[in-house]
Amino acid sequence: MAFISRGFKGKRRDPAASSRLPPGQYLVDGFPVLSAGPTPRADLAQWTFSIEGEVDEPRRWTWEEFRRLPSEKVTVDIHCVTKWSKLDTSWTGVSLDTLLEGVETAADYAMVFSDGGYTTNLPLEDLTGGKAWIAFEYDGRPLDPEHGGPARLLVPHLYFWKSAKWVRGIALQLQDEPGFWESNGYHLYGDPWREQRYWGD
Amino acid sequence: MKLDGNAVAGLLREIFAVEMTLAASTCGGCGAVHPVGRVDVYLNAPGVVLRCPSCEQVLMRIVHGKGRYWLDLAGIRRLEFPDS
Repeated sequence: MAFISRGFKGKRRDPAASSRLPPGQYLVDGFPVLSAGPTPRADLAQWTFSIEGEVDEPRRWTWEEFRRLPSEKVTVDIHCVTKWSKLDTSWTGVSLDTLLEGVETAADYAMVFSDGGYTTNLPLEDLTGGKAWIAFEYDGRPLDPEHGGPARLLVPHLYFWKSAKWVRGIALQLQDEPGFWESNGYHLYGDPWREQRYWGD
Repeated sequence: MKLDGNAVAGLLREIFAVEMTLAASTCGGCGAVHPVGRVDVYLNAPGVVLRCPSCEQVLMRIVHGKGRYWLDLAGIRRLEFPDS
């Protein structure tokens, strides 16, 4: 099965850029759109973001409440498991540290869930410590629905399938369970620097 | 980008070793029956996703890597096709 890699512009020679490229990846200038289903069109009046599961008190923010939280601008490199990487992408989002502040939980794992039924799993410690955001702007503009707007998870140190589009919440769990791709061949953790693409990598 | 099931005719032929686009698939969610060639297909993703055109439920997920296929058919209740 051979896929055409659209947007491939040839190898860069910049050594600084190549040191930022995980094994097996190539650089792109564009921003490829990957999607496992139809693009949901969220009604912001109905949108909420939730933290639920193994918590003493579930938390929920409406869009207005969410947008009143302190946000950060971050510039990060992103790495898709389909082998493209994009350097210096600019986002605005709310840190998961802000959203999880004061949450009492015994959970070590999180299942992220989205409109359309997509899920992805990761250890809770990969969401904290300034490593993950709920992003709502890209390049200073509201996030396009095709890129996950109104809001997506941004967890750039893992393969980008973990950065769930159209995110609506996080369920905290005592045990790790596989999400949408992790249950059918893709790696449970997905570290691009260790090339953890598939089961057994 | 949504295509139709004919976009995965070759892929399914490789896996099932018979022509699959005319096979009748019954959705495990809503029960609708569609020829595989007419279901909704999403190719630009880490794997290939086939969805029911009636209710959008995932019918089939196909991941290909490391010389293996992973095929999740949890969303399909039945596939009916003639023998060869």
